[in-house]
Amino acid sequence: MIHNDSMSIPPILEVRSISKYFGSVIALQDVSMFVRPGEVTCLLGDNGAGKSTLIKTLSGVHKPTEGEYLFQGEPVEFDSPRQALDRGIATVYQDLAMIPLMSIWRNFFLGSEPTKGVPPLRRFDVTHAKQVTREEMSKMGIDIRDPDQPVGTLSGGERQSVAIARAVYFGAKVLILDEPTAALGVKQAGVVLRYILQAKQRGIGVIFITHNPHHAYPVGDHFVILRRGTVYGDYAKADVPLEQLVSMMAGGADLEALSHELETASRTHTGRAAEELAEAAEAFHAQAAEATEAPKGE
Amino acid sequence: MTTESETIEQAPGPPDMPDERVRRVGGFARLMTRPEIGAIAALVVVWVFFAIVAWDNNFVSMAATASILNRAAPLGILAVAVALLMIAGEFDLSIGSLIGFAGIALMLMVTPGSQGGFGLALGPAIVIALAITLVAGFFNGILVVTTKLPSFIITLGGLFIFRGLATAAARIRTSRTQLGGFTDIPGYETLNALLGQKIGIFGANFDIAILWWVGLTALATWVMLRTKVGNWIYGVGGDPNASRNVGVPVNGLKISLFVLTAFAAFLVALTQVTQFGGADSLRGEQQEFNAIIAAVVGGVLLTGGYGSVVGAAVGALIFALVQQGITITGVDADWFKVFVGAILVLAVIFNNYIRQRAQKR
Repeated sequence: MIHNDSMSIPPILEVRSISKYFGSVIALQDVSMFVRPGEVTCLLGDNGAGKSTLIKTLSGVHKPTEGEYLFQGEPVEFDSPRQALDRGIATVYQDLAMIPLMSIWRNFFLGSEPTKGVPPLRRFDVTHAKQVTREEMSKMGIDIRDPDQPVGTLSGGERQSVAIARAVYFGAKVLILDEPTAALGVKQAGVVLRYILQAKQRGIGVIFITHNPHHAYPVGDHFVILRRGTVYGDYAKADVPLEQLVSMMAGGADLEALSHELETASRTHTGRAAEELAEAAEAFHAQAAEATEAPKGE
Repeated sequence: MTTESETIEQAPGPPDMPDERVRRVGGFARLMTRPEIGAIAALVVVWVFFAIVAWDNNFVSMAATASILNRAAPLGILAVAVALLMIAGEFDLSIGSLIGFAGIALMLMVTPGSQGGFGLALGPAIVIALAITLVAGFFNGILVVTTKLPSFIITLGGLFIFRGLATAAARIRTSRTQLGGFTDIPGYETLNALLGQKIGIFGANFDIAILWWVGLTALATWVMLRTKVGNWIYGVGGDPNASRNVGVPVNGLKISLFVLTAFAAFLVALTQVTQFGGADSLRGEQQEFNAIIAAVVGGVLLTGGYGSVVGAAVGALIFALVQQGITITGVDADWFKVFVGAILVLAVIFNNYIRQRAQKR
């Protein structure tokens, strides 16, 4: 089992009993979670469960009021998101990832532009930037048609994928994805889920935030459920069937459709990714009927 | 491992191989998505219009062309800086007042002590006046960044403050608001050769400021298209938060651009002081609007994130063309404002259409 294999690998990022208070408001209370390299930890929770605060704490926007933050086994403290980014903790935000009016390659390198030449003639290496953008995107399995096209012409799923590819290229060791599938249709969500698996295969630790268990289950190795600012449950995939996740989370989507989508995705894939996708699709199909009858709010 | 290599094999060919899903977009269609294309089309239309209407008044002549370019140059210098600032998502309404402010500051420095000035030599006077003007720009920038209020409001305040300061300071020291005598200052000839002289070509006098305008436009275009800072300017205007998240120094960049617009105001002030031999505290009135109009007509988006420096330069040229065209045809100058207003609205409608096309490409 995946879970057993990775037991020996220490977590790359871990928080231990962290709490975050804003004045009298307790946003997080005694929250612990971790992610290992090459694994996906899903962070599930309804609105107001504390997901946003936890992400902002992990990405360096907030400092925890109490508790420990460990990165590669060492305690760390970040004053800004940039510091976290420099250590290899990249956060892709749902809506703030890309600038629609700028071309894909300009977006890709914004803030980390490759340069050539000496000052004062140091310039943005445009040829290199366009080439790398194209190459990195195809490594993630996305073939962009024209790196010059504005990001605004891409679909929501493609935009998220560009943001993920960018984070991976700039050496992300941990990828924090804030509801990357929330605003997307079933098909588009499938696209993003595939890139999460790609990132995972490259040995990156992925923290995938979502309120949709149907998106989390096929890709996750580990599920942390937040409720009202505390950890309600923490499960390895082997220990929790989907319908239990669904009932813990409440709410459901069209399982059949998602199962079908993943099945289709598995055909265009090879190796482990395909196996995992096919496995997930099968699991979905089998559980689709059960889940609809499963008692809600157990 | 095998997965990785197989995945790559699936991917499209190397970057130089054509991708079958990239539709061959003709040069024309691609050109139509450039931000400055609307302005260039408008330039041609307006020029042809006046060429026909004012043919008998010698609109198509070396002399008329020189007048147009001489009018366009100072506005163009301002428009270059204003375009960069607007692409970064901010406004500077104080730039016109800063022209008067910088001119008065310079003249007060060089005016002899007996007439209420400071009697400085030309070199130090320029350095001090430049420093004061840049500090004014810095002040605009730091206020916008720290208060997070719209720059429209902050610099609207600046519009009154700097104009008022220029008038008040001049009157207190010299009891006048127009200061002359610049041509008598030692070193004037050198400065005039650099900024004020006219170059005769086929009997028409072209201001040397035209060269400054063209040079600055070229430099700023290079910065925007081929440097890191240019990428940041587009990014900050497009979405300041997303830019900050990827490590762009948003605040520093905005403050620098306010300092840049102040520098442009100083350069124009210095040119005018040299050309006219003195300063007037009212000089540069309404130039803030004219520069914004030039930038917007040139395809710069009012909300930032999109536009080009070449477009803004063409916008300044259109502005001067209309001004000169109206004058030369002998139409009542009151009509000039009607013309400029109409062109502004038409340009914005057209540019909006072009931008939407660019997005759908």
